This record gives sequence, C-alpha cells and structure tokens, in this order.
Amino acid sequence: MSAPNKSYDPVEVEALKPEEIERMRDEALAAFAAADSLDALQEAKVAHTGGASPLALANREIGALPPQAKAEAGKRVGMARGAVSKAFAARQAELEAERDARVLVEEAVDVTLPHDRVPAGARHPLTTLSERIEDIFVAMGYEVAEGPEAEAEWFNFDALNIGPDHPARGEADTFFVEGPRGGTESGVVLRTHTSPVQIRSALSRELPVYVICPGRVYRTDELDATHTPVFHQVELLAVDEGLTMADLKGTLDHMVQSLFGAEMKTRLRPNFFPFTEPSAEMDMLCYVCKGASVGNPDRPCRTCSSEGWIELGGCGMVNPRVLTACGIDPEKYSGFAFGFGIERMLMFRHNVEDMRDMVEGDVRFTRPFGMEI
Amino acid sequence: MRVPLSWLREYVDLPATETGRDVQAKLISAGLEVETVEHLGADLKGPLVVGRVLTIEELEGFKKPIRFCTVDVGQANGTGEPQEIVCGARNFAVGDKVVVVLPGATLPGGFSISARKTYGKVSHGMICSGDELGMGDDGSHGIIVLPPETEVGKDAIELLELVDEVLDIAVTANRGDCLSLRGVARETAVAYGLPLRDPALLDVPGPNAYGYPVKISDPAGCDRFTARTVTGLSAEARSPIWLQRRLQKVGMRPISLAVDVTNYVMTELGQPLHAYDRGLVQGTIGVRRAEEGERIVTLDGVERKLHAEDLVVTDDRGPIGLAGVMGGANTEIADHGDTEKATSDVVIEAAHFDQVSIARTARRHKLSSEASRRFERGVDPQAAAAAAQRTVDLLVLLAGGTAESGVTEISAPPVPHTITVAADHPDKVAGVAYGRETVVRRLQEVGCDVYGQDELIVTVPSWRPDLTDPNDLAEEVIRLEGYENLPSTLPRPPAGRGLTSRQRLHRRVGRALAGAGYVEALNYPFLGEQVFDQLGLDADDPARRVVKLVNPLSDEEPALRTSLLPGLLGALRRNDGRGAHDLALFETGLVFHPRDEQRPAAVLPVDRRPGEDDLAALDAALPDQPRHVAVVLAGAREQAGWWGRGRPADWADAVEAARLVAREAGAELILRKGQYGPWHPGRCAELIVVVDGTERVVGHAGELHPRVVKALGLPARTCATELDLDAVERAGDDTPQAPGISTFPVATQDVALVVDAFVPAADVEAALRDGAGELLESIRLFDVYDNAEQLGEGRRSLAYALRFRAGDRTLTVDEASAARDAAVALAGERVGAVLRS
Repeated sequence: MSAPNKSYDPVEVEALKPEEIERMRDEALAAFAAADSLDALQEAKVAHTGGASPLALANREIGALPPQAKAEAGKRVGMARGAVSKAFAARQAELEAERDARVLVEEAVDVTLPHDRVPAGARHPLTTLSERIEDIFVAMGYEVAEGPEAEAEWFNFDALNIGPDHPARGEADTFFVEGPRGGTESGVVLRTHTSPVQIRSALSRELPVYVICPGRVYRTDELDATHTPVFHQVELLAVDEGLTMADLKGTLDHMVQSLFGAEMKTRLRPNFFPFTEPSAEMDMLCYVCKGASVGNPDRPCRTCSSEGWIELGGCGMVNPRVLTACGIDPEKYSGFAFGFGIERMLMFRHNVEDMRDMVEGDVRFTRPFGMEI
Repeated sequence: MRVPLSWLREYVDLPATETGRDVQAKLISAGLEVETVEHLGADLKGPLVVGRVLTIEELEGFKKPIRFCTVDVGQANGTGEPQEIVCGARNFAVGDKVVVVLPGATLPGGFSISARKTYGKVSHGMICSGDELGMGDDGSHGIIVLPPETEVGKDAIELLELVDEVLDIAVTANRGDCLSLRGVARETAVAYGLPLRDPALLDVPGPNAYGYPVKISDPAGCDRFTARTVTGLSAEARSPIWLQRRLQKVGMRPISLAVDVTNYVMTELGQPLHAYDRGLVQGTIGVRRAEEGERIVTLDGVERKLHAEDLVVTDDRGPIGLAGVMGGANTEIADHGDTEKATSDVVIEAAHFDQVSIARTARRHKLSSEASRRFERGVDPQAAAAAAQRTVDLLVLLAGGTAESGVTEISAPPVPHTITVAADHPDKVAGVAYGRETVVRRLQEVGCDVYGQDELIVTVPSWRPDLTDPNDLAEEVIRLEGYENLPSTLPRPPAGRGLTSRQRLHRRVGRALAGAGYVEALNYPFLGEQVFDQLGLDADDPARRVVKLVNPLSDEEPALRTSLLPGLLGALRRNDGRGAHDLALFETGLVFHPRDEQRPAAVLPVDRRPGEDDLAALDAALPDQPRHVAVVLAGAREQAGWWGRGRPADWADAVEAARLVAREAGAELILRKGQYGPWHPGRCAELIVVVDGTERVVGHAGELHPRVVKALGLPARTCATELDLDAVERAGDDTPQAPGISTFPVATQDVALVVDAFVPAADVEAALRDGAGELLESIRLFDVYDNAEQLGEGRRSLAYALRFRAGDRTLTVDEASAARDAAVALAGERVGAVLRS
C-alpha cells in the first residue's frame, strides 16, 4: 500500500473548482435540451456522461485530493452527475413520447379490415340441439343411450307392444331391409323411432333405468317443407319403483324450462300409443307469446299460430306389457317415457321455415349456428 | 270423424249457449282430438226461401243456354208477385220446388245478392245450387230440386239446416267406438256430466227360424251375423232432406235411399251395414275364407283377386262381398230413378268381423272403406241387432217398405271382458289421491260394471274392446279427472356417470373439425349402386356389398351407404352449384355392411324377457353399422384477401383432417402411401391405426382421382378423407400421460438429408427419431427441396430442426452433436439418407 499523497494543492486542481463543475453540468444540460432526437440525445449522453466526458474526468480527480477536501469535492461532483443523469432521463422520456406519438401513428392500421382467411366452420344445429337436450338430462343423472339404426323388428315394434298387424308396420310407413329372398323376411327395418334403444337399455341396464336416447330415425315420407324421411328424435325412459304421471309431467316441465325459460310449462292431452298406457300428447306453452295471442287478433303469433301451445310429441307411462317383454316386473316397477322430433323443435325455436334447409347441407344455413345452440 | 253439433244435441241435452268451440275444449280435455270446428253457414243471411217455378223462357243468342224464369215465392218477397230470375242451370222444370235467394241476402263467402241486369233481363235473385249454399256435393251437379211436397215461401235456411257447427275429430286407433255419433255423444255426456240418450237402446225382436238363411263357416272371423229383410221399397222414395243433410255434414254423398239409410245408421251407431238386393242374392248367405284364386268385383268397380285369408260373404254362386270392407257389384242395390230395375226387396246385413282379419284384407287390397276403418278399430258387437232394427225402421218409414218378421241372428255367446284392478291403481299411476269413490264413479261413467272394495272387479262395456289391462282403466280415470290437473313432481334418479368416452369423442371430433373450418352436413344414407362405379371401386371392393331396402323412396337409391362420401360429395356439389366454391364439409354417421351370412331377425316372445342367446342372435342378424367420419374440401382453404394470396385446399388438408381426428381420439395415426378407388393414385394416404397390437387400415385421405371428380361433377381437385371412427376410437387412449418438463436450455441442431424422392418423409423422420435417442425433445421438417441439378435426378432434400434437451443438466454442444450424428447415421442406414453438403 502506498503512502497517502501529501503533495497536493486543491486550488491547483482546476477541474474540481465549483464553477468548473457547474459549467460542466450546465453544458451537459444544455446539450440534452438541444438534442432533437433519441440518437442526438444518445450522442450527448456519451459526450457528457461517458468515460471521457469532463464530469467523468473530474470525478477521477477526486482521488488526488487530500482527505479533508475529498468529501466536499465528491459531493459537488456527485450532485452535478445526479442532475445530469436526471436531465437525461427526463429528456429521453420526452423524446420517446414524441417518437411514440409520431411513429406509432404512422404504424396505425384499419382494424375493421376483415380477416376471413379461413372461414369459420360449424356443427349442424340438429346435432347441437340434441346435445343441449341430452345435457339437461345428464345433469339430472340420466345417461345417454344409443343403438343401431338398422334394427330388428322385435326391438322396433314387438317389444313395444306394436303387434304384427299394427298399421305402422306396413311398407307404407316403415323402410324394410331386404332379406335374402328379396322381401321383408329379414326381420330388420330402419328404426322408426329411438324407442328400440329404450328396450335395449331396459334389457341391458341395471334397475333403476334413467336414459335419454337421441338419434336418427326413418319413415317413408317424401321430403317436403314439413316432412323428411330421415329425422332426429330424442326419447327418454325412466323405470323405477313408484314413478307416476306427475313425475312425467314434472320432468317435461323441467326440460322446457331449461330450454325456454323459467316461466315455461307443458300440457298433456290424452292420446293413444301402444307402448304407453296411459298415453298423452305433450304441448309446451308458446315461448314467444306465452299464450297471449289466443283470442287476441291484434297480437297474432306466428310461432304457435295463435294457439298458445306448441305440439311437442308423445309421452306416457310405459305400458306394463313393454316392461314384461324386458323382464321387468310391472307389479314392482313403473316407468315413463317421451319422445319428440328435433327437427320440429329446431324449426320453432330458430324460425327454420323449410325442412329441406336442414337436409341439404347448405353451408349458409349451418354456419350461423356455430358450435353450440 | 265429423260430428254435426245439431246431431250431437239429439243425444245429449247440451246447454243452448254451448258453442262448437266450447264442446271442442271439453272433448279435447277428455281425450278426443277435435282438430277443427267448422262453422257452416256462418256468414249466410236470408231471405232464402222455397219457390215454385211458374214459367221458363229460354233465352237465345248467348254462348250458353240461359233461362228466364218466374218463380212463386209466396209472400217472401213482400208482394206475392212472381219473382223474375235469370238462371243458367237446366236441371229443373216448370212446377219444381227450388231454393231461391232474394235480393238483400248474403250467401256463404260473403256473396251479396241484389237485383241486377244480366243477359238483357233484370234478375231479382238466384235459384241456388248446393255448392252456392255451402252444402257439399248432393250428387245432382245442379240446382237443388226439393221434394214436391215442400211448402212454398218456407225459410230454406232452416229447412236445409244450413247453419250448424261440425266438429272434426281425429279418432285414435283404439277408439273405434268414437267413429259414431253414439260414441262421441257418450264422451260428451260424461264430459258435461249429463245423461246420454243411447240411440242403440231399441226394442229388437229376438231371432227366429224364418229369417234369411245364413251360414257362418268361419266363426273366428265372424262371431255375429244379423240379417233382416225389408220388402216393397218404393221405387220413387228418396232420402228426405234431413237425412241427406246429415250425411253431407259428416262428409258422405247421398246416393239412394237404401244406401243412405245404411250409411246413416252406421254413422249413428258405429255398426257397418250392408244392404243386398234380395232379388240378386242366390240362396244362402255364407261367410267363409276366400279360396285362392277366387275373384270379386267390388262396388268401386274393381275386380279383385282374393287371398286365402280374406273373409268373404257368399251366396250360392260365390263371393258377393269382401266381408267388412266392401260389397260386391253383383248384388248391388239399384239406383233410384231407374224405376225399371229399382230394388224393391233388400236383405240387411249387420255383422261383426274379426278386427285383425279386416285390417289385413283392407291393407292387402289397399282398400280402406268406412266399414273397414270401423272394424279395424273395434265395433261394438252388441250393437248389431239394434243397428239392423234401426235400418229396418227407417226403410219402413221412408221407403214405405214392409219389415219381414223373420230375424236371422247367428252369434257366439258374448264373453264379457273382466279386469281385476286395485282400487288405488289409478292413484299410483297418476301420482294423485283420487280415492276409491272417484275411481268407481269414473269407470261407471264410461260404461263399466264395477264390484269390490280394495280390489275392483271391472266388467268393460261391449263398445270398449280397447280396455284390456289395469292401466287402460287407470287412463280412463285419469283422463276424465283431467290430465291438466296432474301435479308436476321430479323423480330422483341415482347419480349418473355422464357421457361415455365414446360419446365425448363424437362431440370432440365434431367440435375440432368445426374449429378447423369444416361445416357439418347430415346427409341421407340412401344411395344407388352406380355411385360405386363413379367412385372407381374395384368390382370386388367390399364397399360394393350393400344392405338394400325393400321399399326405398326412390328406385334409384335402393341401398344404404357403405361410405359417407357419396352423400357428402353430393352436398359439396349442391353448395358449389349454389355459388359457394370454397368448401370444407364434414359428416359423422353410420354406414351399413351386410353380414357375411344373412339370417333373419326372429320375432321373439313379448310375454317375458327373451333369452340372452336369442337377443344375441337378433344383434347378429343386423347389419354391421360402424360410425364413420368424413371430410370433403374444394376451392380455397385459405382465402385471398388484403393480406395476400389465398391457398387452395389440397391433399395435405385432407390428411391433416385425419390427423386431427386421430389426435382427438388419442390414437397414433400411421400414414402410408395408398392407392384406393376414389383417390388420386399419387395423392392418397392410407390411414392406419394399431388396434390390440395389430395394424389396421381405417381409411384414406387425399385428393380425389380426376376421373371421379369428372364422373361426379365435382370441382377440380376436390379432396376427401374418410375414417372408421369406431376403429380409431378403439386405437385411442383417452388418458394421455403428462411428459416431464425440463427447464434446462434447449440445444438445437438442423440437418438437411438427401434421400431418394420415393422415400416417405415419415420413414426419414422415424429413423431420425429412433437414432437421436432419448435426448431428442422434438423434430420438425421445415423444408423440402428437390433441385435435380444440385441433388441429382430422383433425389430430394429434407431439412429437419432437431431440438435436444436433458432433464437433469444443460447439454454440451458435443452431446447434442453426438445425438444428431447418431440420428443421421440411422437415417443413412435405414433409408439411404446422406447429409447434404
């Protein structure tokens, strides 16, 4: 370690004179103020704060001062450097703000330009409406059951108490799969409803059974504005101890409330189906006019033709004969079932005017429905 | 079933203020589907009166013959002077009684009548036809000529019962009883809590030995046959106005008195009747099954070849009627007006035929008649004698006939149907506490005899053959108590397991494809086999084996699809034709493959659960029905726009769709160069998955063959993918495992390898992967280059970015390079790749 330098004279150190330091500081401040761009500012920064700048050199001189002078000189230089650095930051912020204001404006784009590079896809609303209904029941504890579309007559008819002479079993209503001899002896039809899935569920699942059966079904109608030979149904089957028609009604009410709003309800009208007894036709309150159009010619309702109710489908208590065919004791268990067409619901829920629109696969029809409805 | 309210009131004393709409609401609530209420004569306004034609002057010189008439309308015109009327009809003569509408009146349709000049004369009103009065067809095709005894000046609105309401009821298949006024009246009486005047409650003479001889050879097909004879019918007798009007209102055309009477009684009581001209029946009337090859000409003039199961009514010659469906022409009643051959003696048949037999015959001969419709749905066997009596009474009354005292009645002893049911069964079905008293009262109201306390012994009425089970009785109680009064409760199902993984996959695939820009189309599964030629399938392609329909909607499309492509390509073409050219469509759905060995699906018993073997045999008889997924693309996959150029859809998009489906299923998709029917032989990927350790081809993807594009009229370079989704699902794993994530830095190494052009990139990549070892994190092909000058003919360069990373340390450059060199070395060994210099 060298001995302290005793041979010094503070007065002789020109660069550390207070007025010199002030000058250096003021020159730096002036240079920053004069800088009209970030580049110029950067140059001024190098000139006035860089290693070769007067202030840096002055700072280096401090070490040569006697100890008693060091503190004061250090303080002076430090304050000057602090002021310079602060001024730099301030000027830099100013110039950046100016740049941002100018350059980013120049980079502005028209954000309304379309960007349909890959047009959106969509799922068919019949698929998504069916799923929506399935989900309502899945949330209640039901499970979704599926089955074949080419189905044995026994499943499609006999087990459902639709006897061999029932008119619906004729070729006028039902598509028959050709047997080896070219006739209907195959015993196989295109299912006319998803009820055979109910039978399959009742046969294969443990009791109690709560299932929802969506799917494609077939009837020999020509395609027109209100008919299609291939359509979609959702059916429900519940078999448990002590199920009643009131349970059926409550389940229907819950479904239409989930789909159409809390104030919705259903209405049952007596009807006849072989597979249910008692049977009913089910209507739902018109979700548009809520019945206000009935007898009110000033407020006609297109959706329900001013009837106040919209026909939904058929329902009833599972005919005990059907339970018997599935090996379920009708003395102990009872069940309810309903079914309706998805096409029809899509038509009145989404104002589809022509059945053919749902069939033809026109992308203009399907796209607006997106991923879910 | 059309029910005039005026007629219904004959059996039930409905309050006078009750409208058709009111009755409709009551009956709907009780379970009869009253579809419409028609207001007859709603806007009809008089004066409409009976007139007598005094003079007829034929006006000449017009395009059609015109008559200028004077008609006596009594005091109806206020003056008593003859009314001058111009008329274009010709079916009347001087002295005829006609219906005259006078100025100031309004006819149906809002047609106002005033005196007006026509054909050079002033016509003060009109002589009316049935059409103009909204009466329906009366068979005359002209103006109405009333019976001569009709009083001149009388109000014709009342006389012709022109103002009425008609309920139109859609009767369900189980309620044959409601295909009659009697049945509807009974429902109405119960709905209103009013007494019923049962029109079938008639005094009927008992059977005796001297009625018309009848022999029933098939008592199962015909358990009751009543025959009555009426002689000396007046040739001039015509159906009175009231009878004609009622028939018209229920939708029938008046024909002749005897026929009208049988139709009237059938409508009233629900019992189909037939009147034979006794002079034309030879010998004993019989009922038997037809003999194979027998023929009959039915009343509609059609000659029908009979089937051995058809029930026929016969005389000594052979069939004279298709029992319960339609009579034969050979014993038809002669029309009135033809007094020469007019029928004077008739034999009335009121019989009860087997429901199923009639239904089959009607279907077999495609002949649905008023009679067969009723027999199919169930007719009250006990009403036959009353119906015969009612017919006899009307013929005696209206045609001046004489009822012969002989009464033939062949009938099996009636077996009343009895059901034992717990008194609280309806309560349990409904979820409502009705109580025994209500249950018993409601059952009695529908005509049941009820005995017992907690357990009821219920004998159902003869007119309700549909009531067979306890639940049928429950329904009667619940519907009469009102379905609208059922409470709304929710059952509590056990906890469910949510969607199955297969169901979730189906949804996921749909969402993923839609997310990638595909639009779902749901096409019919019907196709014609010529499409397989258009798709270029080999003659022995398994997809050509189809399931066919016996009764397809179109003979051109008799088969079920074995591929989704025909339908989906049809939708593509349709969209293209409608001006949408940039298309990406998808479909998921079942396809149908016949079993190798076709066995019919048996009809199993329904009185118990079938055995497991029987159920398995049913499933084995069904076609194989796997779920497929397919996409088709044409036009631009990426649109051109302000951002730059577009990109046409190509084979790679189709292959990517397959990858996407496999990814959703968690299945590893193996791609090979493929060659299959519809696809371009150089641009077809064979899609393979591994199911249970075995590779399985599950579909194809790529650009379609130009020949297929042409044959199907598709846009150029249409691309397509089809996959067996069920097989992909089986190859999948829906519980992916989390990889270890290393936070050490990555070491990237790029390599360009030159290989023969026919070497698939997938093979090069596989070799690099295997060679690089465990340190390889990912590999990506970033360039393909095939300059013959630099690389040599038939060679190409594949450039890969390899990313290496270790889980426990920062890799050194040497480690990464060593791994890369190992990768290149293995690629060289396996596919002859050399590092591009």
